[in-house]
Amino acid sequence: MTDLVADLAERVDRLLAEHPPQETDRWDFLRARYDAGLAWVHYPEGLGGLGRESAHQQAVDARLAAAGAPDNRPAGNVIGLGMAAPVIRTYATAEQQQSWLRPLWTGEEIWCQLFSEPGAGSDLAAAGASARRDGDAWVVNGQKVWTSLAHDARWALLLVRTDPTLPKHAGLSFFVLDMLTAGVDVRPLRQMTGEAEFNEVYLDDVRVPDANRLGEVGEGWRVTQATLMNERVAIGGGVGDRESGAIADVARRWRSEPSARRPELHDELLRRWIDAESLRLASARFAQKAEAGTPGPDGSGLKLAFATLAQETSSLSVALDGAEGLRYDDWSLRRPDFSNPEQRVSGFDYLRTRANSIEGGTSEVLRSIISERVLGLPAEPRVDKDIPWKDLAK
Amino acid sequence: MTSPFPSLLYSDLEDDLRATVRDLLKDRCDVDAVLRRTDGAEAFGDEARAVWTALVGDLGLAGLAVPEERGGAGASWREVAVVLEELGRSVADVPFFSSAVLATSLLTRLDADEPLASLVAGDAVAAVVAPFGGPLSASGTVRLTDAGLTGTVPLVAGAAEADWLVVPLTDAVVLVRSEDATITAVPSLDMTRRLSDVTFDAAAAEVLARGPEVGDHLRRTADLAAALLASEQLAVAERVLEMTVDYVQQRRQFGRAIGSYQAVKHRLADLWTDVMRARAVARYAAACAAAATSEDDADLPVAAAVAQAVCGEVAQRAAEECVQLHGGIGFTWEHPAHLYLKRAMADAAALGSTAWHRHRVARLVDLPAPSPLDATVSTSEE
Repeated sequence: MTDLVADLAERVDRLLAEHPPQETDRWDFLRARYDAGLAWVHYPEGLGGLGRESAHQQAVDARLAAAGAPDNRPAGNVIGLGMAAPVIRTYATAEQQQSWLRPLWTGEEIWCQLFSEPGAGSDLAAAGASARRDGDAWVVNGQKVWTSLAHDARWALLLVRTDPTLPKHAGLSFFVLDMLTAGVDVRPLRQMTGEAEFNEVYLDDVRVPDANRLGEVGEGWRVTQATLMNERVAIGGGVGDRESGAIADVARRWRSEPSARRPELHDELLRRWIDAESLRLASARFAQKAEAGTPGPDGSGLKLAFATLAQETSSLSVALDGAEGLRYDDWSLRRPDFSNPEQRVSGFDYLRTRANSIEGGTSEVLRSIISERVLGLPAEPRVDKDIPWKDLAK
Repeated sequence: MTSPFPSLLYSDLEDDLRATVRDLLKDRCDVDAVLRRTDGAEAFGDEARAVWTALVGDLGLAGLAVPEERGGAGASWREVAVVLEELGRSVADVPFFSSAVLATSLLTRLDADEPLASLVAGDAVAAVVAPFGGPLSASGTVRLTDAGLTGTVPLVAGAAEADWLVVPLTDAVVLVRSEDATITAVPSLDMTRRLSDVTFDAAAAEVLARGPEVGDHLRRTADLAAALLASEQLAVAERVLEMTVDYVQQRRQFGRAIGSYQAVKHRLADLWTDVMRARAVARYAAACAAAATSEDDADLPVAAAVAQAVCGEVAQRAAEECVQLHGGIGFTWEHPAHLYLKRAMADAAALGSTAWHRHRVARLVDLPAPSPLDATVSTSEE
């Protein structure tokens, strides 16, 4: 154990000696770090890792940060790191893993996901974008929506219908799409906040090589499920310090701004603080269970509870502003920079958190998942079961 | 917060302990038996006394967290929390919390070895003489003079079962034998944990502690007891959720199990999420209670207040939902739902209400209520 830790420290020091961060181009350094197996140590050798336990990563990151080394700005490539990488590891060929994972990890190539459609939101398995076989490729037509990062992305995870004559879950397949392919049209989707964090993506006779299929033809739903599992953990999880996240800002203002200390808000402030602390502990317990090999179903409950907490905390933040709460900062159509988030007014957070209970599984869908899969209550009636997708009412 | 973050899971040892206690209670303390006993005039009749004897005599649970050099088992408050979960599941009518947690932790802190030895051996029961439905505090009206102890403390938990009465006064803690006091059982909202008015009339009292540190002893005892009570509340919530999930699958109306209606399913999903949260705070509080030493409380005060604020509300809401989703049968005397509702209500008030604990958090983490000056400032700005 200690030998392995010492070995990692030695490898970090060698990387720093051979590529001094202050004198090395950022991308060159990140590529060298990947090649040294220090990107994600739990990945195999040759794919940015050393086949070690993921628990050792933190020490590597800390040692590199202390030396002033650049990081890969993970917040700017959340889909790539959180969802694409695990699914590539499971389903892609060795060659594809070689070529995709390195620029994915460094952030040179951003990834996005093309799942939701205007007609397939919570009912994602009803997706209707079509893929027709043509030689060694597929020709894709349709419209995808709610695609964050599509305007920056080089690659997309794509869910399409390869056989409309089968029931909805059976006729889907899963591909990796090069966003530079002819026929891909990315348009900003403006939200109620004013900014365009998301996109609509139109696919018009887009050719995707069959070699870029992940999983068998007709296995797309299973691959998607595996991908979304990673998303829910990523959105709901995270064990922070006490009083971190949105509640930290509210608590800081309460202590430092006498005008924010309104008597009528005190009990609500305490409720939110205690909610945040209890979810911090529930996340910690979830992480401990996962570490012990029994993660359980808590992820859905955490996602549900974190969405409510974020919404209620943002409402409190607006209330602390008093009359100033009605002043907005900027309605212009802008693209947010996730790797360098800026401070916005409380009204922005209030509006943005409306989406927390919609994106990544609505709170209603999560409640159905908990009641059916955890509590064992009867499933909702499925009127679309065993009916060919093409015959469903749309 | 300097100590490493504790495990919030259950150890194998804790799982074994749980199985042992559950097994005992299944035979002797099922909820129908508890319901029947609550109708009796006597708070601690032969049947309940037999359960108690099995717990403290056969299993030796009274001194679980007491150090071995004082005759205890030398385990920790984490294990006691697991026992409380099992007793909570059964709404058991035994004085475990009042004697083996509240009184035992206070007597341990005061180095009162003689009464402690009799508690740990399972030979005696003790109660802390303070009103159960509020923050643990010293009686301001009971007076200790050369003639003895005189005065009345209302609504004390576990006094009717007790051999020893531990009485906190403003500047002392004294010990009285129960036969030297008048203990009058009162009809209690929670019939499974009955309360009594305790009156002293020049009673013989032994001083266990005296001086300004009495307040500190009480506060730390209250923190520990509040941290542990959360485990009982967690188990009440968990049990009523189980009962309700079972019931909505059996009960059919309009040709369907009522548990197939989304309005019902989603309420139960929310409750499950709350129980998940309650378990995390209760386990953390128990771990902090186990880690606290006589010199260092570490994070126990915050952990206890958070656990009470969360678990008090979750248990009460879960019991309310249990009644509602059982419909008419849930409102009857014969159905056990009311036992859990009453226990949840009493627990939410015990050692301070959930609102009181929220405001204790405010003091502990420096989120103070607005001062009069703040109000002036904010008014003038508006």
